[in-house]
Amino acid sequence: MEKRVLFRSAWLPWVLIAPQLLIIGIFFFWPAAQAVIQSFQMEDAFGMSTEWVGLDNFRQLVDNPSYLDSFQRTAVFSVLVAGIGIVVSLALAIFADRIVRFALVYKTLLIVPYAVAPVIAGVLWVFLFSPSIGVVTYYLGALGYNWNHMMNDGQAMALIVIASVWKQISYNFLFFLAGLQSIPKALIEAASIDGAGPWRRFWNIQLPLLSPTTFFLLVINIVYAFFDTFGIIDAATQGGPGQSTSILVYKVYQDGFKALDLGGSAAQSVILMCIVVALTVVQFRYVEKKVQY
Amino acid sequence: MVDRNPWLNFLSHAVLILGVAIVAFPLYLALIASTHTADAIVQSPMPLLPGAHLWDNYRAALLGSGKLGSNTNVLHMMWVSFVVAMVITVGKIAISLLSAFAIVYFRFPFKMLCFWAIFVTLMLPVEVRILPTYKVVADLGLLNSYAGLTLPLIASATATFLFRQFFLTVPDELVEAARMDGAGPMRFFKDVLVPLSRTSIAALFVIQFIYGWNQYLWPLLMTTTEDMYPVVIGIKRMLAGGEAAVDWNIVMATAIVAMLPPTAVVILMQKWFVKGLVDTEK
Repeated sequence: MEKRVLFRSAWLPWVLIAPQLLIIGIFFFWPAAQAVIQSFQMEDAFGMSTEWVGLDNFRQLVDNPSYLDSFQRTAVFSVLVAGIGIVVSLALAIFADRIVRFALVYKTLLIVPYAVAPVIAGVLWVFLFSPSIGVVTYYLGALGYNWNHMMNDGQAMALIVIASVWKQISYNFLFFLAGLQSIPKALIEAASIDGAGPWRRFWNIQLPLLSPTTFFLLVINIVYAFFDTFGIIDAATQGGPGQSTSILVYKVYQDGFKALDLGGSAAQSVILMCIVVALTVVQFRYVEKKVQY
Repeated sequence: MVDRNPWLNFLSHAVLILGVAIVAFPLYLALIASTHTADAIVQSPMPLLPGAHLWDNYRAALLGSGKLGSNTNVLHMMWVSFVVAMVITVGKIAISLLSAFAIVYFRFPFKMLCFWAIFVTLMLPVEVRILPTYKVVADLGLLNSYAGLTLPLIASATATFLFRQFFLTVPDELVEAARMDGAGPMRFFKDVLVPLSRTSIAALFVIQFIYGWNQYLWPLLMTTTEDMYPVVIGIKRMLAGGEAAVDWNIVMATAIVAMLPPTAVVILMQKWFVKGLVDTEK
C-alpha cells in the first residue's frame, strides 16, 4: 500500500488530491446522499412540499408487481447476456488461441463492437430485425418464422439480449484470450505427451485454469447488463412492448424523468446501489482468492 | 502449437470466420445501407451489395438534408462529442495522476479515509444516481454546458486505481536517487513518474475516449438545446419519427460517421487498449 521512501510536505498532498476529492464530493457523494434522503421522502407533483415518509417508498416498491416484474426481467436478462456472452466468446477465444495465421485480422474485427456506442448498437440491430424492412426479418419470414419484436415480448427480449451480447463480445473475448495465453505452454505439452487430445486438454486444463477469468467476467457482464445496456434498450425497444424489456435502470429513468416520481425513483436508485455494492464485494472476495491462487 | 492437426486448424478458422461474419454483419449492412437511396432500403429485402449513392448520403448526413426535421448539423454534433470525450479523457487522467501520486508518495492525516472515499466511487456508475446528480448539476446551473456534460462522468476512480497500482511497482531507488540529486516531489513527478507512466496513460486514453464518446443517458438528460447534442443523441433523434418515416440511408451514414473516431482509436491503439483493459480490471 505504501512506499518505503516518502516525500514530506504538510500541504502538497492536499493540493494534489484536492481536484479529485472536490469532483467526487460534488458529483458523487452529494447526489448519492440526496438519493438516500429522498428515498425516505415523498414530494408532491409540483415540488412544493416534501414529507418524511420513512420506508414507505420502499414498501410501495416491494408491493408493486410491476417493480417486482422488472426485477425478475433484469435477472433473466443479465443471466442470458452473461451466459451467452461468456460461452460464445470463450469458444472464439479457444480457437483464436490455437491459430497463428490471420490471428490479428480476426482479433481486430472482433474488438470493433467495443467501440460502438450502445445506442448505435441498438439502432444497428433494430435495422436488421425491423418488422417492416429488416433483412433478418425478411429471411426469417421466408423460413416461415414471423418476427415482430414490437408485438412479441419474448422476441423483444431476444433482440436486446442479442444486441447486448454482441456489444460485449469484444471485451469477453480479449479477457479469455489473455487468460489462455497466460497458461504455461509446458502444462499443455505435458498433457499432450500423456496422450490427452485437444478436447481433454480443454476440459481438464484450460477451462479450470480459466475459472478466475470466467468468474470475473461473470460479475462484469452482470454489472454491464444491469447498467450499460440503457442505450441499447432505449434504441431497440424503449422498454416495450408494454413493460416487457424495461429493466431496472430503464425503470429508474422512466419513473424519475417521465413519471416524475422522485421518491420512488430515489428508492430504486438506493436499491440499485445496494446491488452494485454487493456485486463488488463478491468480486473483491474473489480477487483476494486469486492472489493466493 | 502442440499438435498440428490439420482438421482442427480448419475447424478453428471456420469457427472464427463464422464468428467474425456474424459480428461484422450489422456493421456491414449499415455500410451497405449508407450507399443506397432511402427507397431502395425500404424494398424488402434490401440489397446486400453496395449501391451508388454513397457520396450523396454522406453529404446529406454531414451537412443536413433538410428533410429530416432534425436539421442538426452532424459536423457540429461530432465536434460536441469530440470535446466531451477529450475533456473526460484528459480531465480524468490529469486528476487521477495527481491524486494517485499523493496517495502513494505522501503520508498525511486522513489518508486512508481519502483512499476509501475514492475507492467507493468505483462501484457506482452514473446510471445509478442519475436523478440526484441531475438535480445537483441543475442547481449549479450547469445544464447545457460542457462542464455539466463532463464533470459528473469524471467523478469516478478507475484511472486513480490504475495509476496507484502502477506507482506501487516503481522502484523506490528512483525516489532516493531523485532526492539525492536534490529534486523535489513535483520535479520527481514531472521528470520521472509521468514519463514512466506513458503506457498506462495511452491505455487509459483509449478506454476513456470511447467511454466519453459513447455516453448516452447522461447527455440525454443534460442537454435540451440542439447545439449541445453529442452525435450519439443525434442518431437516436433521427429515429423519432417512427420506423417507416425514417431515412435509413442517412441514419446509417451518420452512424458510420459517428462510429469512425472511436473505432479508429481502438484499432490504431490496439496494443495499448488491450493492455489497458486487462490491467484496469485487475
